[in-house]
Amino acid sequence: MATTGTEEFTLDTAAELAAEEGGGAAIQGRSPWVLAARRLRRNYVALAFLALFLLIVVCCLLAPVYSSHISGVGPNDTNINGTIVVNGQKLDVVSNGGITTLGNGQVKVVPAGVPIGPQWFNAGGKYVLGADNLGRDLATRILYGGENSLQIGLASAAITTLLSIVFALLAGYYGGVVDWIITRFFDLIWAFPVILLGIALGTALSINGFHHFGLDVSGSSLWIPTAVISYVYIPYIGRPLRGQVLALREKEFIEAAVAQGASSARIMVSEILPNLASSILVLFTLIVANTILTEAALSFLGAGVQPPNPSWGTLISDGESDIVTAPWWSIAPGVAIVLTVLSLNVFGDGLRDALDPRAKVRIEH
Amino acid sequence: MAAFLFRRVLGMILVLAVVSFIVYLVFIVIPGGDPAIRIAGRTATQANIFSIRHKLGLDQPFYVQWYDMVKALFTGTLVSYSDQTNVVSQIWQGLPVTLSLSIGAGIIWLGFGVLVGVIAAVTAGKVSDRLITVLALIGVSMPVFWLGILLRYALAEQNSWFPDGGYVPLTQNPAQWFYHLILPWLTLAVLFIGFYGRVLRSNVLDTINEDYVRTAKAKGLSPRRILVRHVLRTSLIPIVTLFGLDFAAVLGGGAILTETVYDLHGVGFYARTAIGNLDLPPLMGVTLYGALFIVLFSTLVDVAYAYLDPRIRPA
Repeated sequence: MATTGTEEFTLDTAAELAAEEGGGAAIQGRSPWVLAARRLRRNYVALAFLALFLLIVVCCLLAPVYSSHISGVGPNDTNINGTIVVNGQKLDVVSNGGITTLGNGQVKVVPAGVPIGPQWFNAGGKYVLGADNLGRDLATRILYGGENSLQIGLASAAITTLLSIVFALLAGYYGGVVDWIITRFFDLIWAFPVILLGIALGTALSINGFHHFGLDVSGSSLWIPTAVISYVYIPYIGRPLRGQVLALREKEFIEAAVAQGASSARIMVSEILPNLASSILVLFTLIVANTILTEAALSFLGAGVQPPNPSWGTLISDGESDIVTAPWWSIAPGVAIVLTVLSLNVFGDGLRDALDPRAKVRIEH
Repeated sequence: MAAFLFRRVLGMILVLAVVSFIVYLVFIVIPGGDPAIRIAGRTATQANIFSIRHKLGLDQPFYVQWYDMVKALFTGTLVSYSDQTNVVSQIWQGLPVTLSLSIGAGIIWLGFGVLVGVIAAVTAGKVSDRLITVLALIGVSMPVFWLGILLRYALAEQNSWFPDGGYVPLTQNPAQWFYHLILPWLTLAVLFIGFYGRVLRSNVLDTINEDYVRTAKAKGLSPRRILVRHVLRTSLIPIVTLFGLDFAAVLGGGAILTETVYDLHGVGFYARTAIGNLDLPPLMGVTLYGALFIVLFSTLVDVAYAYLDPRIRPA
């Protein structure tokens, strides 16, 4: 529904627009897209969160630059016995353990194997967010992991959306047996608990990969979680779209197209599809938020991205057992997920408000 | 009504059969998935593998294997490939944990979801609405397992305000049962509270502008009566659907993440272990058990829907 802290939108009627542009001027024709863009431009919160999402994407894409110019280590470079200099002090990256007697006679016990915490920018860009138990730079791993997480999230959302569009068009346009088969197919996916199905498929496929039907995918390929997630979400987009196609099918302009002798393919692609565009855009944005969360969950359970390849979910899972001594290890990648998903949710809401203002009701008190 | 129910039950059985068949195919298609090779171990001779394969019926055509497995599941004789335990009794063992977790969390998320949604809708545009909207958005954007890890770290490990994971049976000690489940309940409920709150808010706002609400207002009914009897009656219908399906998914092993984070050995946890061992029989059992709940609840939801909304009652 509404995005946070924004003004209520009003419908831009042609008359209002004309009035804004100097009253008497002739009313210009404007496409719904122009009007939607206008409404979106006024929704600063949604735009700010879009900017945040793009910023996260750009940062993750720049992971190699960060790795070579700032942290100076790759995502899988271990550094168990290394030391770094912070403010003139020499610190172990992963503590060796031991007992030190402080100046005032107090005894400080340091357990072994505890990685160094966040150094922010005191160590010249090294270990900005701390290290993991192998001395790997967490910030570098989060950026590289983000690249994987975002790639899987966006790719699987795109595949799901494409497949759903095809299924929805076929089911809604042809109806009858085709519709029956496709809706039963949706029901079938729906009947599995998403996460169970995802884990079962992900684990099964990640063992030796997939080598059938001319495809050759290795077990550690990112395409496995991508395919699993895109399969699981098909009914979530396919069902609402099918409903819309069913309704559009009965409209007069379709009848007109039929009367003009347009082929079925042409009617589906050039008559019905453009009318679905705004819904598809909104559903896509919101489903990316979900696919990113699902990727994290699958990777957390070991059925998604395979180690040592990082992803936000595997990083949280790696840090879970050391949460007491190294809380930053699990917390930091989680914050990255929350920010990404939140920005997509807020922007998706704003997009829906802009594209379909009637869904937003003004309340009279 | 009887015909409607008959059709639904028939559909349920069909869906369950297909679901079980797909689970079977998934684990047959995967290379290296041959359980006989894994069970036989590293130093197995070809003869060993053949005898195990024969014992498990893996040398039969796959539809015969599938039929045997489903039959064994329903007669309660299905055993796991990896540790030979009985699948049905293992699921029964996990059931109290999963039931405790999902019923408690379900009450919390339905109650708070409705409360939060109604408050946001009646104060739409005010500070409370904005605050709820922001919190709800953050709630739906958090990975469940991450929230669980954080809560467990902050409230059970840093400060020992809550027990650090685990489960105490209700029959053994009700107070400890409740105490151990508070964090898992909250963790599982947060996502749904945010989601339900958002859905209900927009439903209420849509309904408020309906003609019949204006009529009720014109008749001079009190705002409270209008909200409860006229607006909520309609707005809650989609929530009933959502709740039925979500609750079924959680009951059917969907709480796998929460169960993992808090060491609750429920059905989801069992499924996770089975998947880790690529153990087909337990996985078949849990998937069918989960699908059964989902199909059953979606039928119940349709019945409830017809009862709540006379407009769509089947003739």
